[in-house]
Amino acid sequence: MNAPSRNTAVDVVELRIPAKAEWVSIARLAVSAVASRMQFSIEEIEDVKLAVAEALVHAIGRGGDRADLVCESLPDGLRIRVQNFGSPVPEAVNMAIVDEAAAGPLGVFLIRALMDSVDYDPRPGGNADLVMFKRLPA
Amino acid sequence: MDIKVNVREARGDSSVVDLAGEIDVYTSPKLKDAISNLIDRGVYNLVINLEKVRYIDSTGLGVLIGGLKRVREHGGSVNLVCTNPQIKKIFDITGLVMIFGIFDSEDAALRALV
Repeated sequence: MNAPSRNTAVDVVELRIPAKAEWVSIARLAVSAVASRMQFSIEEIEDVKLAVAEALVHAIGRGGDRADLVCESLPDGLRIRVQNFGSPVPEAVNMAIVDEAAAGPLGVFLIRALMDSVDYDPRPGGNADLVMFKRLPA
Repeated sequence: MDIKVNVREARGDSSVVDLAGEIDVYTSPKLKDAISNLIDRGVYNLVINLEKVRYIDSTGLGVLIGGLKRVREHGGSVNLVCTNPQIKKIFDITGLVMIFGIFDSEDAALRALV
């Protein structure tokens, strides 16, 4: 698995939404605007929109009252962190979902297919952020 | 963001479900209800027209898969109408092109129903 870009972030856009289905479309619009500003193609913007929506559906499914989205515009691409605040899941389970995407939920499979990298970043307390990266065309 | 669902009777025992808008985690229950109502009424051959759908996520795919499973229990089938490359791409990535019949026109989708 490719590690997300470690370049210094240029611009950061953050969005906090209630952990409710009706707010996911707002996050799609926001990330679409960020990707558009970064000169991704229309097809790539659609890829990012869908990947973010799937990550948020996954986050909302964990419960909690909110989900946070952090978009980092980097020189070589867009890094997106989705934080859930629901029930913690053991790290081994998180990694199994990412590594065995073909056997995991359809949404995680889509994220893996549409983004250049996807990983879980454990947080203290047992939750984990889903971090994904879409590379800008050379 | 919303989805519009319109159900029409077609030839024989078939129905066409016209969809417009976005099928996501919020709107997909409306689609699920429409498909379930048809199946509960004994309609097992469906054409679902995605021509005016701008977006679909895994919950929308899940509803379509669920509908297909139910109609197949009764010997029916679900064919899709879709020419939007971005929507077709999702079916390609997930391998669902192997499960659903996907056609360029409603006529072709209706003709291909079993």
